[in-house]
Amino acid sequence: MQKLVRRGLSALRLESLQSYAFLARNWHLTRRYWGWEVVWFFYSLTSGLSVVFIAQGAEALTGAAPSFDVNYLTMYLIIGTLIWRYLSSIFMLTSEVIAWERWEGTIEYTLMAPVERWVHLVGQTAYSLIYSLVTTVLIGIAMALFFELDLSSANLAGAAAVVLAGSLSLIAIGIVASILPLLYPERGAQMTEVVQASFLLISGVYYPISVLPDWMESLARFSPVTYVLDGTRAAVLDGATLADLLQFIGPLLVLGAVALPIGLRAFKAAENYAKRAGKLKRVG
Amino acid sequence: MRARKPLDLRQALVVDSITKYFHLPQPPLWKRLLGASADLPEPGQLPKASKGGKEPIAAVDHVSFAVERGEIFGILGPNGSGKSTLVRLISTLLRPDRGSAKVFGIDLAEDEMGVKQLISRVSVDAAFFKKLSPMENLLYGARLYGVTAPEATVKAYEIMGRLGLKRSSFNEPMEEMSRGMQQKVAVARAFLTSPILLLLDEPTTGLDPRSKRDVREFIEELRDSHDATILITTHDMEEADVLCDRVAVIHNGKLAAIGAPEQLKHSGADNGEFSTLEDVFIHLTGEQLVDTEAADIA
Repeated sequence: MQKLVRRGLSALRLESLQSYAFLARNWHLTRRYWGWEVVWFFYSLTSGLSVVFIAQGAEALTGAAPSFDVNYLTMYLIIGTLIWRYLSSIFMLTSEVIAWERWEGTIEYTLMAPVERWVHLVGQTAYSLIYSLVTTVLIGIAMALFFELDLSSANLAGAAAVVLAGSLSLIAIGIVASILPLLYPERGAQMTEVVQASFLLISGVYYPISVLPDWMESLARFSPVTYVLDGTRAAVLDGATLADLLQFIGPLLVLGAVALPIGLRAFKAAENYAKRAGKLKRVG
Repeated sequence: MRARKPLDLRQALVVDSITKYFHLPQPPLWKRLLGASADLPEPGQLPKASKGGKEPIAAVDHVSFAVERGEIFGILGPNGSGKSTLVRLISTLLRPDRGSAKVFGIDLAEDEMGVKQLISRVSVDAAFFKKLSPMENLLYGARLYGVTAPEATVKAYEIMGRLGLKRSSFNEPMEEMSRGMQQKVAVARAFLTSPILLLLDEPTTGLDPRSKRDVREFIEELRDSHDATILITTHDMEEADVLCDRVAVIHNGKLAAIGAPEQLKHSGADNGEFSTLEDVFIHLTGEQLVDTEAADIA
């Protein structure tokens, strides 16, 4: 028994070190590409502000005093902008687990290392969570400087719970999407962009899903992004309690619990296929 | 947690009739993802052509050989002969369509992870994160193989110093280094994890004569002091002659000859013996040796 425990601890130590290898490598890459980080920050901030200023410009646009609460719409759009920034960043960083290796020419080296694929993906997703959270908080702080925001009745802890529950689903979908660059070395990375853009359209990032055509609204109900946005807005704009938020957190946890193992199995199947078909080369 | 089969230390590598086809007609993608393979041709028959696709080829065709523990074994062949495909099959990056390979008694098909722990590979193109420094790349590789950063740092300084890399370059981005220097770091990275079977796919291609000599000496030192077995593919006949205990010549995916360099030089000529390994190579393959630095991409 003691021997088994020792072997288990030794395996856990090895797997932690291997996962950390991916996290540390990505941190080093972020540091080395710091110029691009500044560009992405500026781009995300300005594009977010460009959307939010639409609310502020309602009166100037229509030529009449708006019959709705401008501050409410401002907060609605800020939440949409930040949540989308966070979730799309998780999705992209997770789905680029293979694409990065192809761009850098390291795919063969990384995939022949004695690392279980789930350990590899834990390292990559841990980095994507930390990176996405830190950059989104920084953008949120910068955006807040432009508007007078009233968060006195917001349930920020509840909003955080919704966002964390939603992160699991986006990681799972990111893992499934990361298969595309495995299967299609030349166009796979482009296909993941299409998946991301589809989520942006149907999930109610800047508008309620009720304005969508019926068939798109039906699709939106299967998107975890919809639940994260609705839950976060309920917590921040309406001060919904944790009990109220369970209607959003519940489906998100179920989606995550179902999609994660499916994502891992699908990734493994795609890797096996890529090895049979000779698609693990640096280029197609 | 699955118990690992004990290693058979007598033979480092046994390759048995290994075969890999490319561009065979394929079943639909969903069937392939569920494990379905293409219809393989019967032994000795040509593969069927796929509709509108590329011509099917047997990149490695029923190749068999064994490498003794501690041996430096060379694989020679012209561009496109299947050398790199063979190394990628042994590296677990490709699955064979037929045949098998065992590394120290562990079958690749049965325990891929067990094999991965025993091998390391240096490819013709130094595969690195170019923006990262040699030290950052080495630490990344070391951690993947379970070597901690403090342990890896000490070893990395020692190995890179031994390969003649300047300390000032350890923390500069790899992209600022020459091709030769990058290849030396690739060799250092492979040695860092103490593999007992090292697969070197044209490791000295693109290096200047001094760097080539450094790498060769280091390969011999590794074999002697670390009890490593080395499988090396090369275009450089002189390198093969000097470095390898035995060589195999591959042509069109098939094994054309195998033996010690001296033995091969004494073997086939009607009028005596070949003076160089290059003569043997030309005799066996019917091709001039292409003096190219290009990768064998087959």
